[in-house]
Amino acid sequence: MSTVSSVIAAGFDVEKIREDFPVLKQHIHGKPLVYLDSAATAQKPTAVVDALRHFHEVDCANIHRGVHELSQRSTAAYEETRIKAKHFLNSKTTNELIFVRGTTEGINLVSSSWGRKNVKEGDEIVISAMEHHSNIVPWQMLCEEKGAKLRVIPMNDRGELILEEYEKLLNPRTRMVAVTHVSNALGTINPVKEIIAMAHKAGAITLIDGAQAAPHAKVDVQDLDADFYTMSGHKVVGPTGIGILYGKADLLNAMPPYQGGGDMIKVVTFEKTTYADLPYKFEAGTPNIAGGIGLGAAFDYVNRIGLDKIAAYEHELLLYGTEALSRIPGLRIIGTAREKAAVLSFVMEGIHPHDIGTVLDRQGIAVRTGHHCAQPVMDWFHVTATTRASLAFYNTAAEIDALIAGLGKVKEIFS
Amino acid sequence: MVDDLYQDLILDHSKRPRNCHAMADATRNAEGYNPLCGDKLKLYVKMDGDIVKDVSFVGSGCAISTASASLMTESLKGKTREEALKLLEKFHDLLTTDTPVTKDLGKLVVFCGVRDYPARVKCATLAWHTLKSALNGAAEPVTTETE
Repeated sequence: MSTVSSVIAAGFDVEKIREDFPVLKQHIHGKPLVYLDSAATAQKPTAVVDALRHFHEVDCANIHRGVHELSQRSTAAYEETRIKAKHFLNSKTTNELIFVRGTTEGINLVSSSWGRKNVKEGDEIVISAMEHHSNIVPWQMLCEEKGAKLRVIPMNDRGELILEEYEKLLNPRTRMVAVTHVSNALGTINPVKEIIAMAHKAGAITLIDGAQAAPHAKVDVQDLDADFYTMSGHKVVGPTGIGILYGKADLLNAMPPYQGGGDMIKVVTFEKTTYADLPYKFEAGTPNIAGGIGLGAAFDYVNRIGLDKIAAYEHELLLYGTEALSRIPGLRIIGTAREKAAVLSFVMEGIHPHDIGTVLDRQGIAVRTGHHCAQPVMDWFHVTATTRASLAFYNTAAEIDALIAGLGKVKEIFS
Repeated sequence: MVDDLYQDLILDHSKRPRNCHAMADATRNAEGYNPLCGDKLKLYVKMDGDIVKDVSFVGSGCAISTASASLMTESLKGKTREEALKLLEKFHDLLTTDTPVTKDLGKLVVFCGVRDYPARVKCATLAWHTLKSALNGAAEPVTTETE
């Protein structure tokens, strides 16, 4: 408890932050909501909700085409988010930032566009044992189509990737290394800078799944030297249905479009179409304008608090939660990496996660139960499912205490 | 409260499931899978003509799905294929509609609390979907997503 309060004393006023999240003020089944499912989606601050409302009530128009005032306003607001994303991810230019629906679409864009052009029969694509299905299936589909081979970096008992084994997988046939920055099921923070450097040494291109990393720590795509980096807006307190794919300009320029349509062209005739320049080449059709504008407000909000402060506070919560859960007999934490984000995945002897989830829900506590779209991770740890409490900067030590009390009730019913 | 869901009979059957074993001389078997939670179940049925002579299951699941499988096996023995399928229908209605609880479901009425937990309906129906597949002799494993 003392470690948590020391962070609060150091200027992190969580109670003040919670005021920004109206959703947290409600009761569920008569108990105060304890929201511990931010790895699935983060709650939205008033600033984001207001930005969405302002767009719909005041500025609503399509972008990039009208000369009228509303279209200019909406275009400016939408494009402003691209500039904010440039700072958020530290890309060299805004042209390297493509708006997508989310991380899943970002990966699919790369596997479809870059992959179809560059991957041939006998080539190899490396992923890791802790990937979300969204960073497995698109590559599997590509491998099936091309006759390429999917190789998997193994992990150890703590849920850390084994880099010596990774090194052995790299060879001149390796075209792509696609790895998650932070595991959604285990919380492991992977040494992606090192992973990228090793891939580059072998002549491979890299894609980093940043869905779970972007909300919790400063990402610098230039420092990482990532070729592609993709994230979801809704995990960084933004709206759903909007995300960012970063790609190095020379790679994106050499790639064919992902989808055809309006906004991604220069000239269309029935004989030939000339494609638009970056980033619009990859943005066919009317995008999620409101979502883009809401994401800009989310970037501003997170920046105001400061990702460094967020990371430090969440780490204290993680330590507190880890210690508290470890004291429960029969409970095993799945994922004990030395470098870890605020994810507490666990199993309880003889009690199924779905039963744990239901009993906790009736006490107002929202956790995720199941395989977390990472079935291979579950198989590796010989479990069918886990219960996952994932923490965000608006969570408190008292909420972890509520989780522990809730698990006491679970034990009361099932033992 | 949550105790309406986890009634004593359900807890008893989840902790000590009945007919929970493989059956070497089964005439039919089927596999069920709930992709939402990864629960798997294998069902064994021994038919004597049109009569369900014996039923057993193996698998791993939550308290609701285990108890449901256990109580299902108990309630099926001696029923005709048609009676078994009719019971399935009534059980499904019990979980998904507001129809009044009828006596002919016997002990299975204990699952009526599941109505208030829509996310858990598939846990309770996994064994029954698998039964349908076994009685219809389907070759592919049935999942709770093929309703």
